Amino acid sequence: MTSKIKRGVSLYSFQEEMFLGKMTVEDCVAFGASIGAPGIEILPEQNMPTFPNISDRQVGEWRDMLARHGAHFTCYDMFLDTKRRKDRLMTDEEQVESIHRDLILCNRLGIRNMRILIFVRPDILEKCVPMAEKLDVHMGVEVHAPWHLEHAWILRTIEVADRLGTKHLGILPDMGIFMKHYPPAFRARFERQGARPEVTQFIVDQHEQKVMCEYTIFEVAVKMQGNKAEVAMAETLRHAPYANPKRIGDYAPYFRHIQAKFYEMNEDCTDPAIAYDEVIPALVKAGWEGTLSSEYEGNRWIQDVHEVDSREQVRRQHVMFERLIAQAEAA
Amino acid sequence: MFDKYIIDPATVANTGPADAPTGFSFTTKLGYYRGLGLSMIEDLKVSIDGEALPREAITFDEGEGPLTLDEMETAFDRRWPFGAPATITVALPGGFPAGEHKLSLQQRLRISYMPFPSFNNDEKVISL
Repeated sequence: MTSKIKRGVSLYSFQEEMFLGKMTVEDCVAFGASIGAPGIEILPEQNMPTFPNISDRQVGEWRDMLARHGAHFTCYDMFLDTKRRKDRLMTDEEQVESIHRDLILCNRLGIRNMRILIFVRPDILEKCVPMAEKLDVHMGVEVHAPWHLEHAWILRTIEVADRLGTKHLGILPDMGIFMKHYPPAFRARFERQGARPEVTQFIVDQHEQKVMCEYTIFEVAVKMQGNKAEVAMAETLRHAPYANPKRIGDYAPYFRHIQAKFYEMNEDCTDPAIAYDEVIPALVKAGWEGTLSSEYEGNRWIQDVHEVDSREQVRRQHVMFERLIAQAEAA
Repeated sequence: MFDKYIIDPATVANTGPADAPTGFSFTTKLGYYRGLGLSMIEDLKVSIDGEALPREAITFDEGEGPLTLDEMETAFDRRWPFGAPATITVALPGGFPAGEHKLSLQQRLRISYMPFPSFNNDEKVISL
């Protein structure tokens, strides 16, 4: 069975180099295209310095730049500053207005998927559905760890989408929800901060056995009298779920884009933490046709000791995707 | 995520007349993966050798003109873009103290999707 899964990159992946002025947005786009990942996910609040004021000329320049590299937009990552004011939260009307602003810019850029931050209330999104339908933008609520596909908060969005019968509201999974193994990059960083190897091994073993995190945190913090780095490492387990990849098919109709989160790739182009070897076959089996968009988030775990090379990390992930997709097609 | 980069140590310099400095300034980047409206920069705490300088002594300028931290709270039409240097100026008679001293900065940000404020911390040893 031939898969129609497409590949791309989120500009989030290159945050280290862009922050330091070592890569421009065009460098990121050119790199994505060069490794067969021409689908570009942008964060306008990161990648467009004049946001939210974007002229038609700027829109044209972006579209021309992507075309020059044979790339295309896949997704627009929105934000919602409900705490913009110190004295009060945004009203519901202000929230809808802010989301409308993003939907309009998304549409002007020619993008048909919008990543909705997970904390946005389903009833607010319901109010935005008419605009999303009018502009033909799919609003996908980011399913980000520690939430997961079947978390009750996510099911509320699914319920709204079903009740309205709309194709313009759904979800957008972040693959961090499939953390089957504890990331070695996390462990190494905590050890550099003073965590003892016997304690970090205990935490890794507990995660491997899928022991509910609060047991481990109590063991480390109280019984083992863990130091600051050890307790901090144990607390990362609160954000390290391993959702069941077998359920992907059930939810595939609700998403058109995936944030392919990862923290570090091995030299042999395997991921030591996220269960892509289980996720990709499930996506292929479901006949899913969206974009796997690389979201490298390893910079913050290694920048204290290594120069970050986001390009090499992303390249390795796409070698893995090609391999896993081909294997699943042949199966 | 970018703590170690938020103070640019090469930019620390005294302000005012060379023989009677009125304070010092340095450039900083926002320790966050996107830009943020200035009203959500809750605090910029500057310390020398661990001693915090008064909030009122600090002004911030991302390029549109200096603001006090209190004025930033309602600067709804201004943003600090991702990766862009901004200038912090601190009023301190005599300027940055002579010899080697630790300059630290804590950025406290109000990130709407997070349940708690976000803190970015950096410290650099400076010798003017």
